[in-house]
Amino acid sequence: MNPKNHTPLIFTLLGGLILLFIVSPLLGMFLATTPAQLFETSKDPEVVKSIWLTLWVSFAATMIFAIGAIPLSYFLARTKFRFKGIINGIVDLPIVIPHSAAGIAILGFVSRDSVLGKIGSSLGLNFVGHPAGIAIAMAFVSIPFLINAARDGFENVPVRLEKAALNLGASPIRVFFTISLPLAWKNVLSGLIMMFARGLSEFGAVIIIAYHPMITPILIFERFGAFGLKYARPVSVVFIVVCLVFFVLLRSLAKERKSHDA
Amino acid sequence: MMLKLNNISIKLGDFQLKNIDLELERGDYYVLLGKSGVGKTVLLEIIAGLIKLDSGKIILNNIDITHEKIQKRKVGIVFQDYSVFPHLSVKQNIAYPLKGKKLTHQQIESLIHEYAELTNITHLLNRGTQKLSGGELQRVALARMLVTKPECLLLDEPLASLDVQLKGDLRNLLRKINQKGTTILHVTHDYEEAIALSNKVAVMHDGEIIQKGFTKEVFQKPANEFVANFTGIKNFFFAEFSPINIARINGKIEIHVSNHDQIKNGKIIIRGEEIIISENHIDSSATNNFKGKIIQIIPYFSNFELIVDIGIEISVVISEDSLFKFKFKENSEAWVSFKSSAIKIIP
Repeated sequence: MNPKNHTPLIFTLLGGLILLFIVSPLLGMFLATTPAQLFETSKDPEVVKSIWLTLWVSFAATMIFAIGAIPLSYFLARTKFRFKGIINGIVDLPIVIPHSAAGIAILGFVSRDSVLGKIGSSLGLNFVGHPAGIAIAMAFVSIPFLINAARDGFENVPVRLEKAALNLGASPIRVFFTISLPLAWKNVLSGLIMMFARGLSEFGAVIIIAYHPMITPILIFERFGAFGLKYARPVSVVFIVVCLVFFVLLRSLAKERKSHDA
Repeated sequence: MMLKLNNISIKLGDFQLKNIDLELERGDYYVLLGKSGVGKTVLLEIIAGLIKLDSGKIILNNIDITHEKIQKRKVGIVFQDYSVFPHLSVKQNIAYPLKGKKLTHQQIESLIHEYAELTNITHLLNRGTQKLSGGELQRVALARMLVTKPECLLLDEPLASLDVQLKGDLRNLLRKINQKGTTILHVTHDYEEAIALSNKVAVMHDGEIIQKGFTKEVFQKPANEFVANFTGIKNFFFAEFSPINIARINGKIEIHVSNHDQIKNGKIIIRGEEIIISENHIDSSATNNFKGKIIQIIPYFSNFELIVDIGIEISVVISEDSLFKFKFKENSEAWVSFKSSAIKIIP
């Protein structure tokens, strides 16, 4: 037999092992949790409250930071300048630094002694231990996903279409909202979903800014520390299910739009 | 003067445009003729403001628009790739420039229909643009631009990617648009488009305009060999003049010429339209009569080109009627004749 023929088989086996590696811990956790435990947990007010908090804070962080992140992506896609590589590197920085370290950095940035902290205090807002602080921590670690996806999207929009729109008398801002953004929307939406999903799962940075109010990843950690694996597992399962439902829902929404466009 | 380009220069990497001067009068159909890569498109984009020039001035209706914003120039460009917005329907594409112009819904609708009718795309209005053909996209792009009523319409190779039938239709449309009063600057590599459409033509080569003027003059009196070659005159030969009124080509064939300048070496051109082809030898005032073989018949829009081998290959242009009347066929024998005064000598 030709030795080349083994290649697909070896690749399938190796690939299958990796898939198994991803699926089996999750599956094990699901199987180890009884329906009764799930039912109890999903009625636990502390769990419900924390899931809602996690969902809305991540959503709010995504929406608020998108206001600046999308124009930045457009700028990076359209402008050539000397230190662009450095700027692109800065955008990716939150992905590569340890999230607990990111949390420490953000704490310095939003604490009462900082400029931002002082501005917050004057408005009666203390970021530490507040959903606003959680949102900042979530946004810090998840914003590269949005910026990178949106930048790729804008790069794929032919500059010529924008020029054609300008030549038809549209102002640059109208061109952005009627040509560039709609044509890059698939990538932008995908980036928004990724940023939202990444925000939901953030633990390291958030725990340093706000132990309370408790987002679900911290609640899971606390239940594990205080009561052990048995009590942490059902919360994890419920939260994963919620995250997956949202993720699938948003993805299918994005896909529906894509097929509609086609 | 409606549009005036004054000494425009730009350097883009290895390529440059040098001292371009061009003047368009209102109602002109001006064709800018040149091979691809000579800078025709760059010049159009400079006029539209899409590329910043290094030096020179662009004057539109006596107003200097050299540094005017793209959206305020009132010159409309239709790109070679059409640049129709893919996420909008045909109707939305045409409506795009009308939005934000303080027009009522009814006014917008009526303008859309007026220009859709002119460009013959009324039946496509509610369609998406993804599955339209090249010709349809070109019409959408034209309608979308015309609806803005540009002072000057810039067309970048508008017929390049269309088949013969569509080319004919679109030519008629462009003529109609021009006759309605729109001044047009049309860029092409195809001399037939220039002949078919323009009243004035400029020939570009290597970033410069090497000849410009009324189309007839440029085609009949090419300023140099390049223009003569490029403007599609096929019968272009190197010749030795010895004796002085005989042009010897490739040492093979002798043609009677009127060599007033008494030159010894040069080029001759014979316009295919001025050559008579017949089945048998005919007695006429033509001093040049050759028996040859028709080696190829090439159909064009309204006429045919016959390539006849008379020792050299010579191109003869005849009408469709003549072709069918005399039943010329490939590989058949024929006589060609032309007067010595039909031959232009270029030193």
